[in-house]
Amino acid sequence: MSLHFIEFELNGQTVDGMTESRRTLLDYLRQDEGCTGPHAGCEHGVCGACTVLVDGEPMRSCLMLAVQANGKKVETLESLAAADGTLHPIQQMFREEFALQCGFCTPGFVMTMVALDRAEPRPDAEEMKKALSGHLCRCTGYQGVLRVIDRLAAGEGAGK
Amino acid sequence: MKSAPFDYVEAGSAEEAVHLIGEAGSDGAILAGGQTLMPLLALRVASPAVLVDINPAADMAGISESGSGLRVAARTRQAHARKDPLVARCLPLMVEALGHVGHFQTRTRGTIGGSIALGEPAAEMPALAVALGATIELRSLRGTRMVPAREFYVGPYTTVRADDEVLVAVHYPAWPDGTRTLFEEVARRQGDFALVGLLGAIAVDAGRIARAGLAWFGMGPTPIAAQAVEQALVGTAPGDVDVAELTRVALGEVAPGDDLHASEQYRRIVAARVFARKMRALLAEFAA
Repeated sequence: MSLHFIEFELNGQTVDGMTESRRTLLDYLRQDEGCTGPHAGCEHGVCGACTVLVDGEPMRSCLMLAVQANGKKVETLESLAAADGTLHPIQQMFREEFALQCGFCTPGFVMTMVALDRAEPRPDAEEMKKALSGHLCRCTGYQGVLRVIDRLAAGEGAGK
Repeated sequence: MKSAPFDYVEAGSAEEAVHLIGEAGSDGAILAGGQTLMPLLALRVASPAVLVDINPAADMAGISESGSGLRVAARTRQAHARKDPLVARCLPLMVEALGHVGHFQTRTRGTIGGSIALGEPAAEMPALAVALGATIELRSLRGTRMVPAREFYVGPYTTVRADDEVLVAVHYPAWPDGTRTLFEEVARRQGDFALVGLLGAIAVDAGRIARAGLAWFGMGPTPIAAQAVEQALVGTAPGDVDVAELTRVALGEVAPGDDLHASEQYRRIVAARVFARKMRALLAEFAA
């Protein structure tokens, strides 16, 4: 076992601390930073609930070690809504389209859609739907989520 | 679901990786994209004493022209290879196959070399290397050796790579202009491993098939080169190929197993349909 000092950017703030080598980025975010947007679902890369953006790209935070986040830029769900509580356009669409029920999987879906929203060139609806295969939801039946994808593919979203 | 303890060391270059894994030997494991190794650690199926992280090794990522073909460095991310202009021009079949590797959220981290070194029998990247006749570059303190992909796989998750060797790159040979390719994967859901997979390339010169490379995935303990099919194709005019007979030859080369996802018989039935349909369509492209 080895211990490592790490420093990285989390939602625009520089954070640092010690981590055991085996600690996942997911556990570090939730337990050491109190950043509970990324959810611990399966903890072995299947469900997608822990998806975060690392240097702008969506990744499963349970499949990355905390020590590997050193020097990187990490974005979680917490970075999206404005300080006054105004939702990010993607969060707003989730609300309007009833794209969540229990909400457990939602942070992962939303972070993937933020990445799709920023992608240049913008993927088409088919490509966006395929990207959703990386997330499991056990209550919405996906139809609401697919309505959000249709709106996103039609050009809605923050675009940045 | 928490990994057993291990030491973690970073390799800043391929040379460092070779030294670190050389020291660790069979107690060490190379951490590339981690999209398979991290779950194995979490489930405690794997419990190495030392993890050698090659993510910081900048010289282990990138795609370059090498001779007449392409050299894909091992740590190149699947998502990057899928968007690379050189790959699009020289290896379009890789672009298509990568669309089936894992998910959008795992390809951003998963690597080409990691997938090839792992040797999952139902995975796309090992079969692609086998079909196109790629060569695998292995480096250790003892030196560098080049192993044809067709001699690399021994069994499920088992390759000829020794514990002290680092897979540093995969070399894909050039195929002539006008090469046509086929790809089919049957899976229950997007991103699942293939129940039946077939991919390959055929090149025609002066009206006859000059070169053919085909491989199955999910149809045996390793990716399976369709060697008898290739031999039957080469030298024949595309219009003269007896696809029904060739399908019988193809089925003689596969060794599918029974598992939770599909029976051996089901896989054979699907494989016959996939092979005949894709082969007819590909040969028809040459006639058009």
